[in-house]
Amino acid sequence: MSHVKIVLKTEQVDEIKAICKAFHNDEGELINVLHKVQTFFGYLPAEVQEVIAHELRMSVAKVFGVVTFYSFFTMKPKGRFPISVCMGTACYVRGAEKVLDEFKRHLKIKVGESTPDGKFSLSSLRCVGACGLAPVVMVGEKVYGRVSSEDVKKIVAEYND
Amino acid sequence: MAKYKYHILICGGTGCRASESDQIHKQFDIILEEKSLEEDIQVIQTGCFGFCEKGPIVKIMPDNTFYTQVKPSDCLEIIEEHIIKGRSVNRLLYEDPETKKHVEDSKHMGFYKKQLRVALRNCGFINPEDINEYLANDGYLALANVLEQKNPMAVIETLKKSGLRGRGGGGFPTGLKWEFAAKNKGDQKYVVCNADEGDPGAFMDRSILEGDPHTVIEAMVINGYAIGSTMGLVYIRAEYPLAIQRLKIALDQALEYGFLGDDILGSGFNFNIDIRYGAGAFVCGEETALIHSMEGNRGEPTFKPPFPAESGYKGQPTNVNNVETYANIPVILNKGWEWFSSIGTEKSKGTKVFALAGKVNNVGLIEVPMGTTLREIIFEIGGGIKDGKEFKAVQTGGPSGGCLTQKHLDTPIDYDNLLASGSMMGSGGMIVMDEDDCMVAIAKFYLEFTVEESCGKCSPCRIGNMRLFEILEKICAGNGTREDLDQLRNLGNVIKDASLCGLGQTSPNPVLSTIDNFWDEYVAHVDDKKCPAGVCRDLKRYEIVPEACVGCTVCARNCPVNCIEGERKQVHFIQQDLCIKCGACYDKCKFNAIIIK
Repeated sequence: MSHVKIVLKTEQVDEIKAICKAFHNDEGELINVLHKVQTFFGYLPAEVQEVIAHELRMSVAKVFGVVTFYSFFTMKPKGRFPISVCMGTACYVRGAEKVLDEFKRHLKIKVGESTPDGKFSLSSLRCVGACGLAPVVMVGEKVYGRVSSEDVKKIVAEYND
Repeated sequence: MAKYKYHILICGGTGCRASESDQIHKQFDIILEEKSLEEDIQVIQTGCFGFCEKGPIVKIMPDNTFYTQVKPSDCLEIIEEHIIKGRSVNRLLYEDPETKKHVEDSKHMGFYKKQLRVALRNCGFINPEDINEYLANDGYLALANVLEQKNPMAVIETLKKSGLRGRGGGGFPTGLKWEFAAKNKGDQKYVVCNADEGDPGAFMDRSILEGDPHTVIEAMVINGYAIGSTMGLVYIRAEYPLAIQRLKIALDQALEYGFLGDDILGSGFNFNIDIRYGAGAFVCGEETALIHSMEGNRGEPTFKPPFPAESGYKGQPTNVNNVETYANIPVILNKGWEWFSSIGTEKSKGTKVFALAGKVNNVGLIEVPMGTTLREIIFEIGGGIKDGKEFKAVQTGGPSGGCLTQKHLDTPIDYDNLLASGSMMGSGGMIVMDEDDCMVAIAKFYLEFTVEESCGKCSPCRIGNMRLFEILEKICAGNGTREDLDQLRNLGNVIKDASLCGLGQTSPNPVLSTIDNFWDEYVAHVDDKKCPAGVCRDLKRYEIVPEACVGCTVCARNCPVNCIEGERKQVHFIQQDLCIKCGACYDKCKFNAIIIK
C-alpha cells in the first residue's frame, strides 16, 4: 500500500467511524461508505481503509480490493486544483491527447501525479458528457470547453495567486 | 402555466451549464425584475435540447424561437427586442449552413426535422425540478391507469406486444425480461435502473435523468407493480452530480405527491426507490457486475444462468433495465403498443437516442426512429462533416462496437443490421471520424480503454486484450508485420469466443471491424511504415515545402529541440534525425509550408 505512513488524528478516526455507523456498519454499504469518507478525507490512504475494515468487520484486503477496483477512489491525495482532461472518444478525436501532453509538459508531472507544492494534480477522465464542447478540461468543478494545447498555459495561469 | 405571456426556456444540461447557462438564467431574472415583467414572463431551466454544438440554447415559447450560443450579455437585447417589441434577435438565430438564412423556428432546422422524440419527449420542454410540469404532460397517468386496472400481467403483455427491446446495448425484449422476473418467486424482489453510463462519448442516460427524471421514476414504479416488487434501486455514476441532484429532487416530490412510498394513489401498493452510486467501472454496466457492485463488492461479472430475474441483488429475483428503456415505458402504456410498434423496423421497434459527436457539424443528442440510415443522421441531422472534410467512418456502440464506413451509410440502423455489419447498437454513442483519423490509432484507443476497464476475472479478456493492445502499439510504432495482422484476427476471435461477459465478448470489435473495413490502412502501417492519416507519431515525417516557405523563422523559434535550420527570408529545413515529431512547427506555420508525409 502507500509507502508514507500517516497518523490519523482522533477526530478524523471518529468521523470515519461515524460515517460507518450512519450506514449501520453494514458490509454491503462499503461503496457508499467509501464515497462519503473520500468526500470528507479527500482520498483513501491505507490507514483510513484499516479503520473502515475494522468498523464494518471485514478484512482490510477486501476493502483494498474494492478501493483499487474503482477508478473513482484514489489512494493518493489530489492537488488543490485537480485538473482532469476528458479522454472520451469525442474529445479524443478532437485532439484531447495533445492537450493532455501539454499539461504534462507544462506542469512537469505525469497523469495521476501532483505538483510538488500540492497545487495541481493531473488525471484523465472518461466523458464528462459535454461532447459538444470537445475537447473538455475540468479544473475542480469548472469546465473548460474547446481547449487547444495553446490554452493550457492560460488555464494554469488562472490559478496562480 | 396559462397566466404567463412568454416562457423563456434555458438549457440546463451539463454541456450548456459549462458555457454559463446558469449566468444567463440569473441575468434574465435580474432584467425581468428591473422591468417589472416577472409576472408575465416565466424563466425555466430545462433539460438538454440536444443541440449541444451551439449551446447555450435559449428558446422562447410560444413562438418556438430558437436562440443559439447565447451569452449573459445578450439577455437584455432578447428581452427588449423579442419580448417587448416582438421582433426576433436575428444575429442569435440558427443560420442554415446551406442557405445561409436564419431559421426562426426549431421545427424547421435540419437538426430537428428528422427526429422523433419519444424517450426525450420532455427534455428541453419541461422544468425537471417541478413535478407539476411533468404532470401537465401526462405524467404519472400511465401509473394511475396501471394501478386502477389491477392487472400486472396485462402491463407485461402490452410491453411484449410493443416490441420494446433493452436500450442499454443488449437489445433483450423488455416484456420478456419482466415476465421472467414476475414468474420467479422471492421474499423481496428488486427493480434496478442501470444509470451507470460508462461508454465514453455517450450521454443519453444522463440527459434523460437531468431533463426528465420523473419518467424514470414512474416507469420503475410500474415495473415494481408488474413483477411484484416493492423496492427499486437506481445505480448511477457518481460522476453525474447534476443528474443525481435532479433525481433526488424528483424522488422527494414523487413521495410527497403520493406516487412513491406506501399505498400509492390509494391502491394499497407500496414502492420505494433508493440511489446507489457507481464508482467508475465500465464493466458495471453488465448486469451481474452491477449487482455485485450494489452489494458493496468489486464489480466482477458472474456466469449466467442464474439470470438476475432468478437470483440477483441479495439473491432475490431482480429486474435490471436501462434509463432510456424506462423512459419509453410510460408513453407506450399511454399511447398503446400498436402506436409504438408502428414505428421502426420489423425487429427493432420505436426510436433510439444517439449521442452524435466527433467530427460532425451538429454535435448533440438526437432521437430517431429505428431504421433511419447513417446518411440521414450524419448528413441531414448532423449537418455533415466539420470543415468540409471527407467522411471516413462512424463508430457505434462504444468500446464494444465497431467502425462503419461509406458502404454502410445507407443501411437502416437497427439492432440486427448493426450486428450484421460487425458493430452493435450499444448504448447509442455515435462518433463520426474524418480523413484525419487513423483507424489503427482508433482501434488502439479503444483497446487501451478495454485493457484499463477489464475486471481481470477471466484470462481471455485480461491477457488477450493486453496482447491485442501491444500488437497495435507495435504497428503504430512502425514495427508491425503481416503476421501481426493475422495474429490480431485470430486472437480477437478467441477473446470473443472465450470471455465470460459482454465486455470481453465484444472488446475485439473495434480491432476486427477496422481490419475488415480499413485493411489497406493496416497494410500501409505494416508494409510501407506509413500512417496515411498522419496521426501515428513514429510514422510521421514533417517536411518543409520550399516553394511555400517564406523564411519567417516562426517554426524554428517554436521548435523545442531546435532541429529547424534556415536564415531569415530563406527556405528552412528540418533535420529529420533530431525531429521529435511534436508538430509544433506544423501548428505554427501560417503559410501551410509544412506538410506531414
